[in-house]
Amino acid sequence: MSGADRAASVGSRESQQPARQLSPARLGLSDVFRVGLSGLRSRPTRVVLSALGIAIGIATMVAVIGISSSSKEQLLRQLDSLGTNMLTVQPGQTIFGGDAKLPETSVAMTKRIGPVTTASATGKTDTTVRRNSLIPKEVTQGIAVQATTPELLKTLDGSVSKGAWLNHSTANYPATVLGSEAAKRLGLRRVGDQVWIANRWFTVVGVLKTLPLAPEIDRSALVGWDAAKKYLDFDAHPTKIYERSSDASVEEVRNALPRTVSPEKPEEVKVSRPSDALSAKAAAAGTFTSLLLGLGAVALLVGGVGVANTMVISVLERRREIGLRRSLGATRGQVRTQFLVESLLLSLLGGVVGAVLGSIATMVFALYRDWPPVVPPWALSGAIGATLAIGSIAGIYPAMRAARLSPTVALATA
Amino acid sequence: MNIVELTGVTKAYPGGVKALRGVDLVIEPGELTAIVGPSGSGKSTLLNLIGTLDRPSTGRVEITGYDVAKLSDRELSALRARHIGFVFQSFHLADGVSALDNVADGLLYGGISLSKRRKLARAALERVGLGHRLGHRPNQLSGGERQRVAVARAVAGEPDLLLADEPTGNLDTAAGSEVLGVLSDLHRSGTTIAIITHDQDIAQWAPRQVRVRDGHLVTDGGAGTGRNQTAAWEEVSA
Ligand SMILES: Nc1ncnc2c1ncn2[C@@H]1O[C@H](COP(=O)(O)OP(=O)(O)OP(=O)(O)O)[C@@H](O)[C@H]1O
Ligand SMILES: [Mg+2]
Repeated sequence: MSGADRAASVGSRESQQPARQLSPARLGLSDVFRVGLSGLRSRPTRVVLSALGIAIGIATMVAVIGISSSSKEQLLRQLDSLGTNMLTVQPGQTIFGGDAKLPETSVAMTKRIGPVTTASATGKTDTTVRRNSLIPKEVTQGIAVQATTPELLKTLDGSVSKGAWLNHSTANYPATVLGSEAAKRLGLRRVGDQVWIANRWFTVVGVLKTLPLAPEIDRSALVGWDAAKKYLDFDAHPTKIYERSSDASVEEVRNALPRTVSPEKPEEVKVSRPSDALSAKAAAAGTFTSLLLGLGAVALLVGGVGVANTMVISVLERRREIGLRRSLGATRGQVRTQFLVESLLLSLLGGVVGAVLGSIATMVFALYRDWPPVVPPWALSGAIGATLAIGSIAGIYPAMRAARLSPTVALATA
Repeated sequence: MNIVELTGVTKAYPGGVKALRGVDLVIEPGELTAIVGPSGSGKSTLLNLIGTLDRPSTGRVEITGYDVAKLSDRELSALRARHIGFVFQSFHLADGVSALDNVADGLLYGGISLSKRRKLARAALERVGLGHRLGHRPNQLSGGERQRVAVARAVAGEPDLLLADEPTGNLDTAAGSEVLGVLSDLHRSGTTIAIITHDQDIAQWAPRQVRVRDGHLVTDGGAGTGRNQTAAWEEVSA
């Protein structure tokens, strides 16, 4: 080629260059994923191990959230079925510090409050219940012997698991209905068995089912009001009144109760709402055990460090591949994206596996405890979000290193 | 337009090594050029500059009409993706990936769809005589076959320039001649090829030889001498 030719061609080239813009082709999303995946596929063991770190962290957090949500759900459902419209009245302290007593008329007075639909009472006696007379009096096993009005079962919305509730005749005779726990502690097998109360045999006519709103009844042997007066020296003063009203008027009734039950000394009366304890428990169950969540977060952090480590090693090992890709026309940005996507996919793999494991753990635990299994959707999306964040943070540094690598140096690494 | 045009090119590495000390080189379309020289003479450095993998310290490098100094790193990437194919001494194939996909992935950065990439890859593999080895992975191929896969990858996108740095360096004579045979076929069908070698026999086989010594070009048959000539491979193998 002559000098003139060359000059001419240079000239034409300079005018040509702007017209022939060189711009790198964009990789489609599917190609970006293919490339990211191919990097993972070639090192399966390492991928599984480093994804495991993320999986453990995510599984822990999802399980902690899931189990506490399930327990909350269980308590809320229980509350729903038990109702929150029951109030109880108990004697408080007199101004002199002694134990107050509720007037004998308290139940009748309570029933007069407009919105009250049902009211009943129990009264503690000083006796104990035993399997037989040979067992010393002092061995009470924590079981109280209580007089009860016939409406108690209705007020508590309870039912018998065996036998029958007290009726007009059995309420006058030495007969008793045992709470579920009392029956268990006495080792009672059958209705019709006899137990020893205050120097005489009482026939067990029924056993109650567990009453979540009145655990004190579970641990009682119940005797009819008149029978208690007749056989057990019962003073006829109620020690606890139970009443139910419509849901809307609970507060109104709560305010009216002290003055109604004890017009002279309303301050000696304690009103409470047994369902409050359950509501508080439900609220507490909803706030996750922060220690366990913290543990999950630490596991997740360690998992993230594992991913970053894997990616750094991967970049070091794959210098030749990076050099090759650069020689094939990959831009720095494309190399960076490749390693970032790889890191994201790696940690996403861990996150998805962790979310599944955490959900399974919740399911198994909830079914074992007979709770409704609940994994809140926000916990799952949070888990995936956290993994993506970890994957990108862990991937940024290795990806930048990969992109900065000069193609000649990368290719020279034999 | 010339495929390669180097004017007064020097390259000094950090540390003071002057690998190239003023090189002028023109390669015209269709030429098959052998770049020969002793070890350390600057052949790979020269190839890296021609391949736009590196920039000169001084002087002007023009590839397929583009002045490399005026292009950004992104634009150089695009230039490599569309206009240059590389073959390396150590193949650089991905393990565990079939020959077909190794070749197809070479077209990834050219903005070609996956199905088209596979189609071009199949054609390229057939061109290098590996149409029956599409699904084989690198570890199931002989050294010569692996290098032919690498050649297929380099030419699948029909680049204007094929650069090969010691493509037979890791191969025995028989496998080496397989690869050179493929390169001569490509040359006959019009591909512009520059091949680095320190093997005098291979250098003789190429229609045009450029000799490098201590960073200078000492003898050059001149631009155009390597164009459209039948490679004399038969003489070498004899
Ligand atoms: N990245 C680098 N940094 C510093 N010096 C380098 C670098 N690459 C090459 N060199 C030096 O530049 C000179 C030319 O190197 P080059 O790789 O181009 O030689 P070569 O002709 O390809 O040799 P061989 O036949 O052994 O491959 C050598 O002296 C080498 O040590
Ligand atoms: Mg070299």
